Formats: sequence, C-alpha cells, structure tokens
Amino acid sequence: MIPGLKIGTKEEKVKRFYLNRRQKTLLTIVVATIILLSVVVGGAMLDQERIATNLNERNLPPSLKHLFGTDWLGRDMFTRTIMGLSLSMGVGLIGAIGSTSIALVLGMVSATMGKMADRLITWLIDLFLSVPHLVTLILIAFTLGGGFKGIVIGLMLTHWPSLARVIRAEVMQIRSAEYVQISQQMGKSSWWIAVHHIFPHLIPQLLIGFMLMFPHVILHEAAVTFLGLGLSPHEPAIGIILSESMKYLSSGMWWLAFFPGLCLLIIVRTFETIGENFRMLIDPTRANEK
Amino acid sequence: MYMDMVGRQQTTLPTGNGVNNVRKNIGVKISKFLLMKGLRMLTLLFAICLISFLLIKNSPIDPIQAYVGADMIKVSPEQREKIAEYWGLDQPVMVQFFSWLSALLSGDLGTSMIFRRPVSEIIGERFWNSLVLMLTAWILSGVIGFVMGVVSAMKKDTWIDRIIKWYCYTLASTPTFWMGLLMLIVFAVWLGWFPIGLGVPTGVLAEDVTLADRLQHLILPAMTLSILGVANVALHTRQKLIDVLASDYVLFARARGERGFLLFWRHGLRNVALPAITLQFAAFSELFGGAVLAEQVFSYPGLGQATVEAGLRGDVPLLLGLVLFSTIFVFAGNLIADMIYYVVDPRTRESRTI
Repeated sequence: MIPGLKIGTKEEKVKRFYLNRRQKTLLTIVVATIILLSVVVGGAMLDQERIATNLNERNLPPSLKHLFGTDWLGRDMFTRTIMGLSLSMGVGLIGAIGSTSIALVLGMVSATMGKMADRLITWLIDLFLSVPHLVTLILIAFTLGGGFKGIVIGLMLTHWPSLARVIRAEVMQIRSAEYVQISQQMGKSSWWIAVHHIFPHLIPQLLIGFMLMFPHVILHEAAVTFLGLGLSPHEPAIGIILSESMKYLSSGMWWLAFFPGLCLLIIVRTFETIGENFRMLIDPTRANEK
Repeated sequence: MYMDMVGRQQTTLPTGNGVNNVRKNIGVKISKFLLMKGLRMLTLLFAICLISFLLIKNSPIDPIQAYVGADMIKVSPEQREKIAEYWGLDQPVMVQFFSWLSALLSGDLGTSMIFRRPVSEIIGERFWNSLVLMLTAWILSGVIGFVMGVVSAMKKDTWIDRIIKWYCYTLASTPTFWMGLLMLIVFAVWLGWFPIGLGVPTGVLAEDVTLADRLQHLILPAMTLSILGVANVALHTRQKLIDVLASDYVLFARARGERGFLLFWRHGLRNVALPAITLQFAAFSELFGGAVLAEQVFSYPGLGQATVEAGLRGDVPLLLGLVLFSTIFVFAGNLIADMIYYVVDPRTRESRTI
C-alpha cells in the first residue's frame, strides 16, 4: 500500500488540525490519570457516612441527590461504586505488579540460563495456559480460603504467562546483539549483562505488558469476587455490589447493576486504550496507523 | 520439551526428494506430531493433577468436616480417626496422591459431597448442558466476528470500520457477568421475553420439558457469550485482512480491475479464514471462563456453575474433577488448532518447530 498516493491536498490541510498519535496518547494518558486519581482520592475522601444505612431513603432511583440511586438499605450507590472502584484498582495494581515481576524474572531466566531452564519455563507457561484462567483462580482462591490474600495471590499467579513469552522472545533477540556478545567476550558476568544491557531494553515491553494486563486483572478480580470466592462481602467491591444486585433485579431495580458495571467498564476501557496507544507508538509496523 | 524432538526429526527428513516422498511422509509426520502432543498433554495433566491435589491438601478446609457437614458436633475424636483411617487421610500425602491417581486412572473420580453422586456422572450430565451453550456461542461469535472483521478491513478507515473497532475494543473490556445482568434486566425483566434463569422451567417434571423450553432458557446466556466473544475474532481478522490487502498480489488484482466482494472472495477469504478458525479453537480457555460467569448469572446448570458451587462449598472431589476436565477441554481446543495449522498450512510443517 502506498498511502502517499491517495491523500489529496484537501485532506492534508484538514489533517493539520488533528492531533497526531503522540499528542493523542499524551492526552489520553492525562485524562486517564485524572480519572484514576479522582477515583482513588474520591474513594479515600468520601466518608463512610454516605454509605451508612438510611432506611428513609431505600430503593430510590437515580436522582440529582443520589446520582446512581440507593440500594435496599438506603446506601448511596455512587459512593459505594467509587469506593469499590478504588478498591478494585488497588487489588489490580498489586496483582499486575506481581504478575509483571514474575513474567520478567521467568522470561529473563528462560532466555539466559541455558536450555534446561528454558524448557522448564516453557513447560510451566504451557501448564498455566492449559487451565482456564478463571478455573485456576477459583482453585487458588479456594486453597487459600478466599479473602484478600487469596485473590491477590491468585491474580499474580495467573496473568504472567503470555507476558513471560513476550519477554523471553525479546531477551533472546537482544542477547544475540553484537554489543552483548562483545560484553560477554570482555568477561562481564551474566548478571551484569542482564542488568546493564538487557533490562533497559525491556522497559517499554514491560510497561506495555503491565498496561495491557492491568484491565484484565481488574476484570478477573471483579469476576471472582462476583462468584463469591474473592473479597469478603463486607468490602465495598464492585463484584460484591453486582452479585448483591442480582437479588433485586426482578423487582426492576436496574440502577443497582447498571451504573457500577458501567463505571468498571469505563475504567478498564481507559487503561486498555492507553496500553494499545503505547503499543502502537512503539511497534514500528503499526506506528503509521491512524 | 518434546517439541524440540519433533523439530529435530523433521529437519532430518528428506525434503528435496520430490513431491511424492513428501506426501508419503505427511501421514507419518502427523501421527508422530499427534503422539508427541499426546505425550506432552500427559505430562501437563500429571502436573496439574499433582499441583491441584497438593493445593487442595494444603487448603484450610478440613475434608472430614466438609464431608460430615453440620453433624460435626456429634462426631467424637475416635470416630474422626476412624473416618480418617477409612479414607486413608492418616497416610503421607504422596501415598494419598497415588491412591487417588490410581482410582482416577480406573475412571473413579470420587463422590461429590454436595450432590452425593459420582463426580463423573455429574460432569457427564452437566457437560451436555454446557456444550450446547458453548457450542452455540462459539459458532455464533465466530461467524459474526469473522464477518465484522472482514467488513471492517474492507472498509478500512471509514465510519463503519471505526464503529466496529470501537465496539470491539469496548466489548473486550466489558465484564461478562455485567453483560449477563444487562441482558437479564432488558430481556427478562423489562420485556419479559425470556425466563430469568435456570436451564429448564421450574415446577415441571423432567419428562415434560420440551425442546422449546430448553431453547428458551438457552438463548440469553448464549447471546451474552456470543456478543462478547466476537471482539477477539473480529479484531484479529481485521488485522490479517489488512495485511493481505496490502500485499502485492492484491495490488495486482486491483490493477486488473477486481474489487469489492469478488476481490475478497478470490484472494482474501482463504487467507484469513484459517487464522480465524484457529483462533476460535485456541480460545476455548476464554470460552470456558465466560461460560462459568454466564452460567452463574443465569443459574444455568452447566459445568461452570458446578465449578463455582464446588469452590464455594468445599466439594474437593468435584472441584478436582472439573479442573482436570476443563484442562482436557482446553487442550483439545489447542490440539485442534495446531492440527489445522499443521495439516492445512504447509509452511508450518517446513519451518516451525511446533
């Protein structure tokens, strides 16, 4: 394809007013950060009083006073949602950081420590990919007796394999580069090479991997909590809110399920967009896409 | 680790001896390939058996208490020891594991604690429910996703492409269970077209349940799964087709005056159908995960719901059985995907060390 042939002069003039990908990505990042921060700060700032039981205001549909309506105990759904989101993001952050670290370590070890280690880790990756994520999560959460610890460890242990594969391939590529081989000839230890030559090249991949993993971690956390195997019912998590709302759906209280889920979707989608934008910026074959 | 062996054997095979020789070798190669895959699966399954067994052994749930349930107060320590002895719970862990494994190999998955029936029976029964659901969703999402991807790629950078792309990215980040809840609100509560849940109507004898009843209960969960499942296939197909359309042979075809549907039919379809089909088979893992959530939302009596029940109520034999079963299910999907690639695409036979 030869894009230059198709673009007319008129289009080119219009194009000047659009933001290019870098500017767009920057804008998205700023917006996402603002959303993220406001949710986190909001979750911390909002006082518990707003979700206190208030039997005078039960089952109210959305209004200006209660943006997302109230539940069967008169708790403000907006406040509960924001608190749930900030909790979800906290859990997601820990899970994603843990998973990225596992992927980094295993990917590096697999690519540098010789054939046996490589086979072992490839096999391990296959092992984790051969059980459905959700079933693994249920199994781990069950083993650890549910709760915060169970879900975080479960999330850490289930999301690393695909990123580890990417990192392994990347490390193998870097390792065959000339400067690494020269460094080896000069007698640098493999640890030194790993830290000074390989790791800096992995940072962009890690960042993208992290950004793209984060939304999945949040979704899985919400899913497992929804199933009743994750966070305890006393926490204001999104999964809990949604699973509680199921009991009230048949009485037509749609706002209990609609708004919290929508907010979760927006948060997840924002992260996904940033990750995708980052990836397109870095991947040379796709950098020219609109 | 077996894959390297396959690769080595392949490279030693004569490739330059003409077409006939290669043809003859394909049968041998495929059986070898299957054998190696089978061996690999056995090692993985064994590891999964061991790991999940050890995990569950170390869980805080006491198997005797889980079995006896509410009558635990009436059980004296002596009786407790008897039960433990009867079940071999006083043996070392590895002895327990191997006795469990040998029972497993003879087809005995144990007895479910919540259903009080053999695990294999429950899995067999529920598998059909789940299979119908997953198969419907699988085919629907595959076909719709493929068409969407093709349309989007053929009309690249137009409004329809943007809509499809936006839709797919949004779907990819939609929680499955929330989608299910929305479906329930709209179609079951507001419109009242479909029942709120379960696999069959309540208060009707098992013999009286008609096919129409079952279908009616199937539609909502299947729709939820299909709507969410299209994203992956559509985006993948779009990307592949864009690559194909940028190739020299398509440029030449365009120069000859081919365009639109005919161009796609002659040069695009076969090139993008294969990756899409393979992707669908490889997505069994996500399909199963989605089914777990959808079944839970709609109280549909399938494998997923059984998994959640087993996890929530500490039914160890059932949970172990389901973990193994889902692994085999996912593995079958991956195997079919690899097979299709291996049989249909000659390039993978030549170069890739599977």
